[in-house]
Amino acid sequence: MRLERERAAATSGAPVALEVGELSVRLDGRRILSDVRLEVPTGSWVCVIGPNGAGKTTLVRAVAGLLPYGGSVRLWGRPSAELGRRERARAVAVVPQLPTIPEGLTVEQYVLLGRTPHLGLLAVDGPRDQEVVAQVLERLDVAWAAGRRLETLSGGELRRVVLARALAQEAPLLLLDEPTTGLDLGQQLRVLELVDRLRRADGLTVVSTMHDLTLAGRFAQRFALLSGGRLVAEGVRGEVLAPHVIAEHYGAAVRVIDDDELGWAVVPIPEPEP
Amino acid sequence: MNARARTRAIAIGVVVLVAATVAGLLVGPARIGAGDVFRWLLALGRTPEGMTEQEATILANLRLPRVLVGGLVGASLAASGAAYQAVFRNPLADPYLLGAAAGAGLGATIAVAYGPSGVVEVTVPIAAFAGALVGVGLAYGLGRSGIGGRTATGLVLAGVAVASFLTAVQTFLQQQRSETLRQVYTWILGRLGTTGWDDVRLALPSVALAAATLWAVRRLLDVIEVGDIEAQSLGLHVGRLRLAVVVAASLATAAAVAVAGLIGFVGIIVPHTVRLLVGASYRAVLPLSVLFGASFLILVDLLARTVVAPAEIPIGVITAFVGAPFFVAVLRRSGRTA
Repeated sequence: MRLERERAAATSGAPVALEVGELSVRLDGRRILSDVRLEVPTGSWVCVIGPNGAGKTTLVRAVAGLLPYGGSVRLWGRPSAELGRRERARAVAVVPQLPTIPEGLTVEQYVLLGRTPHLGLLAVDGPRDQEVVAQVLERLDVAWAAGRRLETLSGGELRRVVLARALAQEAPLLLLDEPTTGLDLGQQLRVLELVDRLRRADGLTVVSTMHDLTLAGRFAQRFALLSGGRLVAEGVRGEVLAPHVIAEHYGAAVRVIDDDELGWAVVPIPEPEP
Repeated sequence: MNARARTRAIAIGVVVLVAATVAGLLVGPARIGAGDVFRWLLALGRTPEGMTEQEATILANLRLPRVLVGGLVGASLAASGAAYQAVFRNPLADPYLLGAAAGAGLGATIAVAYGPSGVVEVTVPIAAFAGALVGVGLAYGLGRSGIGGRTATGLVLAGVAVASFLTAVQTFLQQQRSETLRQVYTWILGRLGTTGWDDVRLALPSVALAAATLWAVRRLLDVIEVGDIEAQSLGLHVGRLRLAVVVAASLATAAAVAVAGLIGFVGIIVPHTVRLLVGASYRAVLPLSVLFGASFLILVDLLARTVVAPAEIPIGVITAFVGAPFFVAVLRRSGRTA
């Protein structure tokens, strides 16, 4: 019953935002991804999960056109490879797992970098760009820090500023690579809730990679499990985040709690003492 | 820093440059008063009343070209330092430390010693430019191949090795052609002592072209600060931009070396001082490096010709004297954060 409800909620008949077909990536002669297929409906949140080294970050980079790949990546039906760099950057915004924070830039200057794909060849910004930056800073609650230098911000503030840069791109597809890395529990929740609010308000399509399966399960509608460079499971929560699937690919015994009061959670079961 | 603060900083830079220029015109062995200098400037090349022809000639043919070349060289070295730092994302990059200046020196030497005589005005800048590109190319290639672990320091170590090698080749060639030794040697020390209008004409086109290019791309230099992959995800063609900037910076370096020899550390001292004052955005760092670089070298030259007058200290000695400790400070800082 529950599974059917999840399925119904996840397939709303929206047009496909991202379509990945037979994607394969080789880096330095090593095969990182093989034959990955994925469809992401517009306005949904798909979470890519998988153990370390499964190829999650590589998938994000391939979708963003940041490394050479075989197979196809389509954005709203158009092959990504046919788009120019700036055109692609207007369609896909990436928040990397460990963004490079240039010392000495102010928050405002940094977020303005997100406007680059909208500017001409020499990146001359106009009033509209300033306006977008101001709005984004306001929405993410970092307007107070506009003139502050990046290196003076805390980890949670920095995350929001990097997210602000991605939003300033005004791209309909947002790729988040481990958006909660290095944040405390409260900050993790706030960042994800923020992304979810923006997704609902703006109709953004979100693809994120995540290690925390409980948080992933609470925010995303569909899940793609990568293991050893292959897509081994794809579907709604009840199909992918199931104890036997997790045990097989993560090598960890877990229980899934789905309680009306406590909500949904993946809880590790301690190994019995020998 | 917002647009208004940036405009104010640039206005201050212009005022400082004008002051440095006037100071450069005022000071010299022949005593010419400030009032005379201003009247001469306002007369635009004619000899104003109450001033001897000789004084006017000193200003027009000795002091003014020297100040102009000092400004052009300082602006070139500081702007190319800032530009190299941006595209290599390396606070220690500098035309001198990257091997660009040594390459330009070698190129210039080859042009003087082996090139056709009589067209030196054309061959020297071209050969210096080619040499500068070879120097940077070698240093960057070696630095990327993993010497010193692809760090900021690794690139500089590679640059020092390249510079030593190119300088050795240059010295060898000079020995082979001892009749041109004096002509070449005057460059190596870095000096502006024999500067004339020829040097202004030699440097101006390259410096203007390079400065215009770097000025035009200054906003994109901020984008590259987030690293190649992120810059690419923002739609930037990183490889193309890096190539254009390296070519422009090497052109400026070559012009500076061709007229003034090897003057070190200006590309470190000026951009880092500017960053301390106005932050790291190249929208401000680049124009201010041009302005303060020009002022800095004009003032250093002023020192060089007054401290032990009537003798002169090579200008490169003074920049090294200030620059080496400065470099150590930057090195310590980058070691902490990298």
